[in-house]
Amino acid sequence: MSAQLVDLSNVKPYGDTLDDGMVQFSFTLPVPYGEEAREAARRLVLKMGMEEPNVVNAMDLGIGYTYFIVYAKCPHSINYNAIKVPKVESDHMTKEEVEEFIEHQVKRDVVILGACTGSDAHTVGIDAIMNMKGFHGHYGLERYKGVEAYNLGSQVENEELVAKAIEMKADALLISQVVTQKDVHVKNLTHLIELLEAEQLRDQLIVVCGGPRISHELAKELGYDAGFSSGSYAEDVASFVVQEMVQRNLV
Amino acid sequence: MSSKLNLDPALIEEGRKAARKIAEDVQTYIDDHATVTVERTIVRLLGVDGIDEVDQPLPNVVVNHIREGGGIETGAAYWIGNAMVATGKSPQEIARAVSDGSMNLLEVEAQPLPEVQAVITRKAEEMVKLIGKNRKARETMISELGEGPKPYLYLIVASGNIYEDVVQAQAAVRQGADIIAVIRSTAQSLLDYVPYGPTTEGFGGTYATQENFRIMRKALDETGEQVGRYVRLCNYCSGLCMPEIAAMGAIERLDVMLNDALYGILFRDINMQRTLVDQFFSRVINGFAGIIINTGEDNYLTTADAVEEAHTVVASQFINEQFALKAGLPEEQMALGHAFEMDPDITNGFLMELAQAQMAREIFPEAPLKYMPPTKFMTGNIFKGHIQDAMFNLASIWTHQGIQLLGMMTEANHTPHLHDRALAIENAKYIFNNCQDIGEEVEFKKDGLIQRRAQQVLKDAVLLLDQIQGDGLYKTIEEGKFGGVKRSRDGGKGLKGVFPKGEKYMNPFIHLMLGGER
Repeated sequence: MSAQLVDLSNVKPYGDTLDDGMVQFSFTLPVPYGEEAREAARRLVLKMGMEEPNVVNAMDLGIGYTYFIVYAKCPHSINYNAIKVPKVESDHMTKEEVEEFIEHQVKRDVVILGACTGSDAHTVGIDAIMNMKGFHGHYGLERYKGVEAYNLGSQVENEELVAKAIEMKADALLISQVVTQKDVHVKNLTHLIELLEAEQLRDQLIVVCGGPRISHELAKELGYDAGFSSGSYAEDVASFVVQEMVQRNLV
Repeated sequence: MSSKLNLDPALIEEGRKAARKIAEDVQTYIDDHATVTVERTIVRLLGVDGIDEVDQPLPNVVVNHIREGGGIETGAAYWIGNAMVATGKSPQEIARAVSDGSMNLLEVEAQPLPEVQAVITRKAEEMVKLIGKNRKARETMISELGEGPKPYLYLIVASGNIYEDVVQAQAAVRQGADIIAVIRSTAQSLLDYVPYGPTTEGFGGTYATQENFRIMRKALDETGEQVGRYVRLCNYCSGLCMPEIAAMGAIERLDVMLNDALYGILFRDINMQRTLVDQFFSRVINGFAGIIINTGEDNYLTTADAVEEAHTVVASQFINEQFALKAGLPEEQMALGHAFEMDPDITNGFLMELAQAQMAREIFPEAPLKYMPPTKFMTGNIFKGHIQDAMFNLASIWTHQGIQLLGMMTEANHTPHLHDRALAIENAKYIFNNCQDIGEEVEFKKDGLIQRRAQQVLKDAVLLLDQIQGDGLYKTIEEGKFGGVKRSRDGGKGLKGVFPKGEKYMNPFIHLMLGGER
């Protein structure tokens, strides 16, 4: 009912009345607790472009720093109608959604091998994706129900990886490349694809690479299905792998 | 203490007995083996410190040298002792000589064994005396300054820069923290050496180095003096260098160490033979140094379901207790781990959490118990998160937990901001004070939900322990019974660093620390 009153080309925060612009802030300033601190917080929020800032709480953090809770009115608005968010190719799923997807659509365990190949000994990336513990609170593939994840670790030769892929009946290979000096990663990544093609395995596998200097574009160029850069987590990789499996009829 | 949960003492005894048997089975293997990090620890405890021109720690240089020369099975203590007798040099001078290539330990003329043993024992006693002194210093400071009431408020700092960590830690102490844990940089556990010197860059944490230990120790002593209570320092004695970090911590008077017998195997894919040997020596050191160890059962619940797999936590607590006793670690220093990790949407979930926490308290009455906050079901909804942490705090004060790892409302979003810590402490202090005697005042209904839940979990735990006793610990881990994680006996990292002890093998510290005066 109230939605009809909203002007979507001119949207402002809502507190208890439409267009009141109410926003809550909380932050710390490195200044000692006191009246001057409160005034500093008030002025800072004004400087952010807010109106009528009200410092409702100030707390002494003990080392000459003060924490504030402030309410203020936001005079700015956003044109909601003009927003277009570019969508990624595969749907992003959470760990639980991936698990459910595997249960209902793949209907069997997905075997994923991960490795730092060639001379690369930097396993931070592959560990973050594969290992139980994961990274930043994003659990790794070892923890996924319906995923058999094998982290082969560092300095795995491409030949060895291909042999493992056959032995374990892998569905997907995740290759991590951190070291990029003299484009060693490009040679290494290309070599793997050549090997897979020679073994006539390329089409049966999802092959993905990742690393701080790997882009999706580069990965596609080198013959990979996808590339993941810094800031990607296990669920991003898993979402892609399981959907790609279904799409390419590899289940 | 009479059981508020009506737990069967005979069943508890059965579980303990099975766990003892499980630990004893593995102990035979442990006693017959050593590892490269055990040897590096011995080298460190003999007084060797520093790095070579390519930043390689001298303990690594010495142990690699002995290993490459084919002498590792006799142990580093023998080779250093032999060189000490032959040259009259100190272990540090010998390490330098090995490093610059002017001495080959394996080519030094063999000296009479009793003399080698005598010189090594004398040198070892110096370090053991220093560690004993640190222990006394801690006791003195606690008796003079006092300490916070239990549950101790445990807060983490994780800036990656030790100097920034100091600022945050000192602030946390002023706000009320009793224990400061410096989170380690991601993947340090997989390094087969300990970095050196003060560090200002890390990933998700700060490298554990001896210099960083020293810097934080000094800062906490200073602030502790100002606020009038002893502040404990905690770090991570886990990974591929468990005993080395224990030694560094003992030398720099750390007070608490994460130190689990199985964590590295399950969650870091470190080889099980390696970890079992390493954990033993690390715990001998921690035990002697008066360091409280935190075990990592809470981690199981981040992988497995807290309701379904609660009994595996209890079973592992029993096993960790027995491994710790084997290493001479008294119950008062065993902060066995568990966690408040049930899905907040479960009806009466809090009652099950209470049952679990009270059960741990009753089964391990002397252990401080380390209670971990909700993490798995924390979201970006920080307001709900703050309430989840409040429920956790309530369960803790109710069941007399020893170490309260404070939950942060921003868990799952970022490493704590300065005010996140302040709010977490405010939350805990409010509830601990407001409900101080709730555990004494409120009893649980006979045969009610809480009692029945605890009894069932204990029963399942003892059943599992009996089964492990039959199968052996290795097979149990191979089958993925803990945390749902499968690890093979010969898989994982670090197996290459394990070797059988030779005939003349010596580690003077086991005898001095296990048998010596505490």
